[in-house]
Amino acid sequence: MAGGAASSGSTASDTYAGARHWLLMPSWFVLLIFVAAPVAMMLVYSFLTKEFRGGVIWEFSLGAYDQFFFDRGLFGDDPPQIDWTYINIFWRSIWQAGLATVLSLLIGFPTAYFIATRPERSRALWVFVITIPYWVNLLIRTVSMKFLLRDQGPMNDFLIWTGVIDDPLRIINTNLAVQLGLFYSYLPFMVLPIYAAVERYNFTLSEAAADLYASKWATLRRVLLPAVKPGVIAGCILVFVPSLGAFLAPDLLGGARNFMIGSLIEEQFKGNAGNWPFGAAASMILLTLVLIILMVFARQQRRMGDMR
Amino acid sequence: MTDDTQIAVDVRDAVKRYGDFTALQQISLGIRDNEFFTLLGPSGCGKTTLLRMIAGFEDVTEGAIFLYGDEIETLPPHQRPVNTVFQNYALFPHMTVLENVGFGLEMLGQSKAAARTRAAEMLELVQLSQFASRKPAQLSGGQQQRVALARALAPAPKVLLLDEPLSALDQKLRKAMQIELKHIQRETGITFIFVTHDQEEALTMSDRIAVMSAGELQQLGAPRDIYELPRNMFVADFIGDTNLLEVTVDEVTECRAACSLDGGLTLSCEAVEGVRKGAQVHLSIRPERLVLSETATGADSLRARVLENIFIGTDIATLLVLDNGSEITVRTSNSERGSKRIFDAGQMAFVTMERGAARLLRD
Repeated sequence: MAGGAASSGSTASDTYAGARHWLLMPSWFVLLIFVAAPVAMMLVYSFLTKEFRGGVIWEFSLGAYDQFFFDRGLFGDDPPQIDWTYINIFWRSIWQAGLATVLSLLIGFPTAYFIATRPERSRALWVFVITIPYWVNLLIRTVSMKFLLRDQGPMNDFLIWTGVIDDPLRIINTNLAVQLGLFYSYLPFMVLPIYAAVERYNFTLSEAAADLYASKWATLRRVLLPAVKPGVIAGCILVFVPSLGAFLAPDLLGGARNFMIGSLIEEQFKGNAGNWPFGAAASMILLTLVLIILMVFARQQRRMGDMR
Repeated sequence: MTDDTQIAVDVRDAVKRYGDFTALQQISLGIRDNEFFTLLGPSGCGKTTLLRMIAGFEDVTEGAIFLYGDEIETLPPHQRPVNTVFQNYALFPHMTVLENVGFGLEMLGQSKAAARTRAAEMLELVQLSQFASRKPAQLSGGQQQRVALARALAPAPKVLLLDEPLSALDQKLRKAMQIELKHIQRETGITFIFVTHDQEEALTMSDRIAVMSAGELQQLGAPRDIYELPRNMFVADFIGDTNLLEVTVDEVTECRAACSLDGGLTLSCEAVEGVRKGAQVHLSIRPERLVLSETATGADSLRARVLENIFIGTDIATLLVLDNGSEITVRTSNSERGSKRIFDAGQMAFVTMERGAARLLRD
């Protein structure tokens, strides 16, 4: 992701030196419209003053950030104290997203390994099977999941019918439901990069490890995992980042107690109750967090690159 | 096999099938302790399959494999005290050279420090001490090959398996590595099982060679025996250059067989067990064991016309056509040029076999 663009430029031949500038124009254009402009807009809005019916007054203010981090009492004239409300929401979101990432990794890695070790012809079919559920819109999938998981839903009915349980499991409106929702939403983003990495892995290395007395577990830990690490990191980021900002799964499956960043931001822009500068500020804080995570990843990648 | 030499690896009636395809058909062979043993054959002959069965990467469909008396064919690879040098080395890319070499020892439960010390010794053996902290990708092919060798030798295996380890190297490096491998084998006293498709490599390096083809053992013996006394057409043709002549056996006396070729030509050679009067067989004669002369030197001299001379460094190969139309190649060493006449294309000459050089093949 982050490392790729930087390294490829220097190797380009000079034959197209004149044209390169023009050939790159579409990419610059897309980046400008879809990345730079929205982020700049959000940055500007986060420093404006809120209007009560949504929208903004064009007047510079640090109010949004102040509201995020500090509590100044009901009338705003108490000495500032750190307000944990929003920080806690962020913290819970990071924790939830992290857990969803770990869960996806635990299921996704064996799945990816399984697909990558199938005969070449059936691999494409397996990848295809993995992606089929994602042809359906995320909202519809999440609503269906709510229906499946609820107390009188098909899953509980089935479990009671088989006699595994006597009373319906309370899954809906719990952390577990949010986890299941996130896991189901983003699993392919974990499976696909790991699959790509394992497919490129030279399995003779595993044989060499076994030949040198490494058990299956030692081979996994000492040889396979280090070799496919870039794929694992990419998969984790691809699950963690959208999970962090997700609002469908927490909203629909988690109920009010499992409020996450995504929902917090969404609320600020919805209807008349919103607070645009505050939503923009929360978005900027989220963006900064994600950027820090990506930079850590990029540095890791560079270190791996040096080793090669 | 004599009783006083210990058998390192004993393969008994080993069969390998993949579905309907039989890769190995009932191979039995005993590899002696401390021996440089080569499995030789064209690609697809089953030699690598057999090696992988000894290493534990392939199941044995039928039969058994013993390592110094212990039955091992059901053990997983990491429980077999043998190590492998892989064809493409399979060095761990994320580990340094030293970590690669020490890996096996660490897995055997040695401390990191002890593994390092031993790994450093092994790198010294293959003269790569100065590269200990590099990553494999920073080494040349020949150096990677030596790291792979050091890594496989470090745990002091009872048997070292080498799967075409030199095939990725260029000619010159290859020759140097052949000598180095042989040297290391003698120095360490470890039994080497070496897989190659290169007959010259096999002849140079091995104590004994098993020639394989189509999943079957064709001949097992010392390089010299295999070269001079090939058992069948395949071995005669695969090992070195040879002239194959179709002959009919006219008469078999105690130790000589009189044969006739097409066109009424006759010659005699040593009899071979199993080849009887009236049999139509092939006769193999190595080009370097044929002599050219201006006049017939005996009853077995055949008249031939020189087609061309090919200079091949140490030798000159002379291509001739016999009176009956068969082609035959004679190799004359360049060092003998003074004492022997070189015939020009178009000239007539007589071809005579050295005594004991011709070999009748059973099939």
